[in-house]
Amino acid sequence: MVLGNGASSSSLNMKSGEDKVNSNKNLSVLVVDDDPLIRMLHDMHLKKFGLNPQVVEDGKKAVDLFRIGASFDLILMDKEMPVMNGVEATKELRDMGINSMIVGVTSRGLEIEMQDFMESGLDFCFEKPLTPDMITFLLNELNKKNDDDNND
Amino acid sequence: MDLVQLQRQLVDYKTSLYNEGFLDEQFTQLQELQDENNPDFVVEVVSLFFEDSERLLNELTKALEQQSVDFKRVDAHVHQLKGSSSSIGAQRVQKVCIAFRNYCEEQNIEGCVKCLQQVRHEYSLVKTKLESMFQLQQQILSAGGSIPM
Repeated sequence: MVLGNGASSSSLNMKSGEDKVNSNKNLSVLVVDDDPLIRMLHDMHLKKFGLNPQVVEDGKKAVDLFRIGASFDLILMDKEMPVMNGVEATKELRDMGINSMIVGVTSRGLEIEMQDFMESGLDFCFEKPLTPDMITFLLNELNKKNDDDNND
Repeated sequence: MDLVQLQRQLVDYKTSLYNEGFLDEQFTQLQELQDENNPDFVVEVVSLFFEDSERLLNELTKALEQQSVDFKRVDAHVHQLKGSSSSIGAQRVQKVCIAFRNYCEEQNIEGCVKCLQQVRHEYSLVKTKLESMFQLQQQILSAGGSIPM
């Protein structure tokens, strides 16, 4: 991600709390995780920010959604999942030309494993569990990204 | 017992759970997610944790009873249990899971069996404690009070 010449991100931070929630309503999020507890948690975390995520339980379901034409601004991708795991799903999505923000959320903490996951095409990788600070960070990054796209 | 006493009892009880390592910061985060629009969120998540854990513990028992133990399978179950216990802040359960996974990697059956016993024990402890805590909360709510955070 590169900031264009003269792009200023400081103006984005002036939004009030309510504005933030309202503007976030336009962002679409997909949660991909095989653990129903995590899906419930992430869903709630995101709802607090005014987001209404879709949730699926494995990588294949995520890829299928994109194949039928759905699109999401942000994908939260678990690493270990049956049928198709996070690494495979991310590679597949990137091969399909999807350039949504894909964020790995994994319980594996080993550096090398997070690196492998990053190399499949992630924008960021975090250790579970998701926290409000991480979401704030990601939303800021998303806003910057959307601004970049609009300024092209 | 009057309302104020009940509320104090709850605060003390919760504090002890944190001090004794039964719960950690993650549980606090969970409580912070609950609000008027989702007043039963914590209970729902914890109930899901109970269901999940019981299923996983049964699977683990079965897997370790096999003639030829499939350590990959055992590890996968422990990984899940570690994940969910960590998500709700059940710290002691999570810690046993970490040791459990090491034994899986070493393909050490004795170690695994021992860990299974330990994790069952820790799980039933935290289950009892959480249930007691919810009961106290319910008593307070029934008496017309609010839950001190």
